[in-house]
Amino acid sequence: MQEPSEPPWPPFRFQDRPGRRHPRWHGHRWQDQDAFQDRPESDDRPDWRSHFRRQGNGDGGPLRRDPQDRIGGGIAAGIGTWRGFSPTTVRIACVVAALVTTGWAVPIYFIGWLAIPAKGSDATIGAKARHDSQGVALAIGAASLVAVFLLLAGVLNDGSIEVYGWPQVVSVACLVLIWRNAPEGEKAALQHLVAPLESLGGGGDNVRRGTKLRFAVAAGLLIAGLSVLFSLHGGLTLLAPLGGFVLVVAAIFVLLGPWWLRIARDLLFERQARARAEERADMAARVHDSVLQTLALIQRSAEDPQAVVQLARAQERELRSWLFEGRAPGDTEVTSFVEGVREIQRDVEARHGVPVEVVTVGDCPLDEHLNALLAAAREATVNAAKWSGASVISLFAEVEPDKVEVAVRDRGSGFDLDSVPADRKGVAESIRGRMLRHGGKAAVQSTLGEGTKVTLTMTRGLASAGPAAAADGRRR
Amino acid sequence: MSAAVAGEGAPRVVLVDDHGLFRSGVRAELGRQVEVVGEADDVAPAIELIGRELPDVVLLDVHLPGGGGHAVITEVKKEHPEVRFLALSASDAPEDVIAVIRAGARGYVTKTISTADLADAIRRVAGGDAVFSHRLAGFVLDAFATAPATPDVRPSFDPELDQLTTREREVLRLIAQGYTYKEVARELYISVKTVESHVSSVLRKLQLSSRHQLTRWAAERRLT
Repeated sequence: MQEPSEPPWPPFRFQDRPGRRHPRWHGHRWQDQDAFQDRPESDDRPDWRSHFRRQGNGDGGPLRRDPQDRIGGGIAAGIGTWRGFSPTTVRIACVVAALVTTGWAVPIYFIGWLAIPAKGSDATIGAKARHDSQGVALAIGAASLVAVFLLLAGVLNDGSIEVYGWPQVVSVACLVLIWRNAPEGEKAALQHLVAPLESLGGGGDNVRRGTKLRFAVAAGLLIAGLSVLFSLHGGLTLLAPLGGFVLVVAAIFVLLGPWWLRIARDLLFERQARARAEERADMAARVHDSVLQTLALIQRSAEDPQAVVQLARAQERELRSWLFEGRAPGDTEVTSFVEGVREIQRDVEARHGVPVEVVTVGDCPLDEHLNALLAAAREATVNAAKWSGASVISLFAEVEPDKVEVAVRDRGSGFDLDSVPADRKGVAESIRGRMLRHGGKAAVQSTLGEGTKVTLTMTRGLASAGPAAAADGRRR
Repeated sequence: MSAAVAGEGAPRVVLVDDHGLFRSGVRAELGRQVEVVGEADDVAPAIELIGRELPDVVLLDVHLPGGGGHAVITEVKKEHPEVRFLALSASDAPEDVIAVIRAGARGYVTKTISTADLADAIRRVAGGDAVFSHRLAGFVLDAFATAPATPDVRPSFDPELDQLTTREREVLRLIAQGYTYKEVARELYISVKTVESHVSSVLRKLQLSSRHQLTRWAAERRLT
């Protein structure tokens, strides 16, 4: 075999390729054991043996991996197409080659994976991997870990592990590079290979199960290792090689440990960055979802300006409370004065369709008196929305150490205080009366044609929290 | 970039906003009231454009991909301290406000502002006045709230900077209630000029005070 060969694993196929396996060989008959010959003649008897026959001189094109027909990187299929052999033949040859070359065929296969472009493209994974400096560092790191392991194994056990193991140092490095730089489609196959390892590493979804599995495997290995050690050599004679071995390990770790740590940390950062990106995507999804829905609704009700304004305001409110106040949409529990003011805004805008511009200064927890103040403010705001005809109502609330003040102002029609109809006066009185009962006061200023301003003042005192809480309660 | 047809004496304005839709909207709405001499969509091109055009007012979005509006102000002020900035933003998170005002913007309005008000605000900034939206006024009141000084307040060189006068508070409170300068003047029996000087003085305090709420916000955004 002059070209990279197929690894002896995995012994299974990940996905069913639709349709046939290799229709291009059907219609040719297998002739004899010396099958690697040109066989132009045909006989219509499909035969399993046709899988092993050479067919033609190949497609004459450049050597390309075939990701559609693959077990590993699609190299065997690629070589098959290139030289006219059946992929099955090439694969068997690869396995044989891997055994004969004591494992060296495996890294050659991976190098081929890196160096041969996939069908339909000219870019190799290797070219991409050259620019992936972190990937290169990671590959060298992983390879050196395997090397250390092999050194240790070599000390304890002469022969077979080392012979077959050393080539795999290169394989591991190549695999890391392939893993980091292969296109998504090709990664899917690798994922199948790596999934069990990943769950061992705690990266699986089911972390608890992963941990248990890891413990079981570790315990098994430990017991096996110890029993091997003690059965091979007896008692104290073991100490000398073991001591030297420990020293070598220590030396290697002192030398390379910080570097490994750094690689691990880089990986961690990368993972964190990914988590952040996901968070952002999640936020974008939530924002986009609700905002896009509202925009769609706005387009549909374009002929109704009031509905458009109402929709836009409702969306704006929801976004603001979510972005700047950390409130989930739909969370309406009111525990502080400012939240109470916002609730008034929400309700009046939703029910009367008039925008309410809210400005608050300071905040404090609610008590009975402040609830009364909020109720009065709500009535004043609703009045303004219903009667003033103003296009916007301003609602200003300021929490000071000694008092809380709310001003509700509109630039609407206004009214003459001395000649108000009985029902509206009643409302004004109910606002005033409510304030008085709780030790506050209400003042109404109104000018015909210019607007109305209701100022509500409640003295803070007996039961409410101290001034420091008022000043600091609003923002973190 | 074609300059909009504008009357004599209309302020020359540069728009800096990363939303093309918003820029063209503002340009169309402001029409003849101001002369739009250029548009930029990010920090670096904005600095270059402003340095070339030297407009009367830069209408500046607080959020820009390449570093935020305050980066533009800081950079331009080094070379051309006479250029005036009016900051705009869709949000009114306090750190946005504090960032641009402390960097040196002469005013701050939200993007929900009406066209007439925006044109008026641009004219006022061009004339050297400060422009406070009602939300900005509320925020300033909040930042200078009359809480007793806590031990961790680092006093300024000039303690006057750390608090607002009663009159300034009254003015701000009315602005926060949506009063125009004219209405504030009438309400308090003072002239519009006096209102403007109060607002400018508040702006100055906002830029120079080391009051800890302000410095804390600044520090969180590394803006000191």
